Amino acid sequence: MLETVVENSQATTIMFDFPDWPGFLAGQHVDVRLTAQDGYQAQRSYSISSAPEDEHVAITVERLDDGEVSPFLTGELRVGDELEMRGPIGGYFVWQDTDGGPVQLVAGGSGVAPLRSILRHHRAIASTVPMRLLCSARSLELLLYRDELTSPVDDHVEITLTLTRDQPPDWAGYGRRVDRDMLVEAAWAPAHQPLCYVCGPTPFVETVAGTLVDLGYDPGRIRTERFGGTGT
Amino acid sequence: MAITRGFHGRRVDADPARVPPGQYVTEGFPVLSAGPTQHTHTDAWTFTIRGEVDEPLTWTWPQFQALPHETVTVDIHCVTKWSKLGTAWTGVALDTLLDGVQTSADYVLAFSDGGYTTNLPLQDLRDGQAWVAYEYDGEALEPEHGGPARLLVPHLYFWKSAKWVRGLELRAHDEPGFWERYGYHNYGDPWKEQRYDGD
Repeated sequence: MLETVVENSQATTIMFDFPDWPGFLAGQHVDVRLTAQDGYQAQRSYSISSAPEDEHVAITVERLDDGEVSPFLTGELRVGDELEMRGPIGGYFVWQDTDGGPVQLVAGGSGVAPLRSILRHHRAIASTVPMRLLCSARSLELLLYRDELTSPVDDHVEITLTLTRDQPPDWAGYGRRVDRDMLVEAAWAPAHQPLCYVCGPTPFVETVAGTLVDLGYDPGRIRTERFGGTGT
Repeated sequence: MAITRGFHGRRVDADPARVPPGQYVTEGFPVLSAGPTQHTHTDAWTFTIRGEVDEPLTWTWPQFQALPHETVTVDIHCVTKWSKLGTAWTGVALDTLLDGVQTSADYVLAFSDGGYTTNLPLQDLRDGQAWVAYEYDGEALEPEHGGPARLLVPHLYFWKSAKWVRGLELRAHDEPGFWERYGYHNYGDPWKEQRYDGD
């Protein structure tokens, strides 16, 4: 482990030097395996939040207070520690320039992690594929990658933010959960036949993907990734 | 096996003989799907066995409901690391559906609404190992968990238990399904930890 960036009170981005790393596609994930003294092991999957072009492989870990692995990764892990990691994994929830667009990204909470990889990759390769991100967070404090998402520098990317719980006094963006009206206003219309990537907690993904289908988007062009914890 | 400095882990109170390597036990029921949840009404639903058979077989929803069904309690294991123990399902055994089907096929490609597919050896569907389930815990199976009906093959990782299943194609040759083409293991035995291609 090389470096950590504390994103907010609940999430930390962790950067790794990954020997013999084969490279990856934006949107893929890695498996992390932890082993206790007595041989007990725990494994979890984390989306890669860095771009393939970035120097180091990064994951962003949200601390679940009742979790087993996330409190260790966000609280115990130190620079120089070695972790058993495997990847890249997953070949469907990925975007490459050849996939074309336009691209509609919709993120809820820490679900923005693999979409940030896609955005950084888009910028790194100077892609001209038009891309939009609709990103939901509870507050500006809890918005991951706040600087990147509030001061975008990629001419072919439009970012719309919604803060569902707390909004700063001068907030000009949305202030509610992603809903039908918001998707109509902020997302590529179905007529543009966008390639959609929806990532977040299961209820968020169920709601957004279901609404997109109801609005007439092609279900075959809606890719989903559900972040679950232990689910319900 | 490298020890992770400072990691102690949290053992769960579950019978280790029921938890495959690398899995953790959850009380919840996580949802994982590659795309939007499918919503198929039962009046438009059929189940078909086709491919290497003399005559394709098709059941409507009422015909399917009239077949002998059973309730089984099984442990399920998802490749994303969660296991759920003691889950109760009601459905029709594949032995019932395949009864009387003459075929030279050795493989099956299960197909679902939304275009999902997964491949299995035919013998893994026989001898009380697999069902088409339409109830979970005594209630109609919810769409996000694969309703109206899903394949249930609990001895393999749960992506093999295709949600929204609409039929089986019997095949002489194996053909990888959806996740099997995206780097997941062709067979998927959780006890051998066959998660990804090459395991």
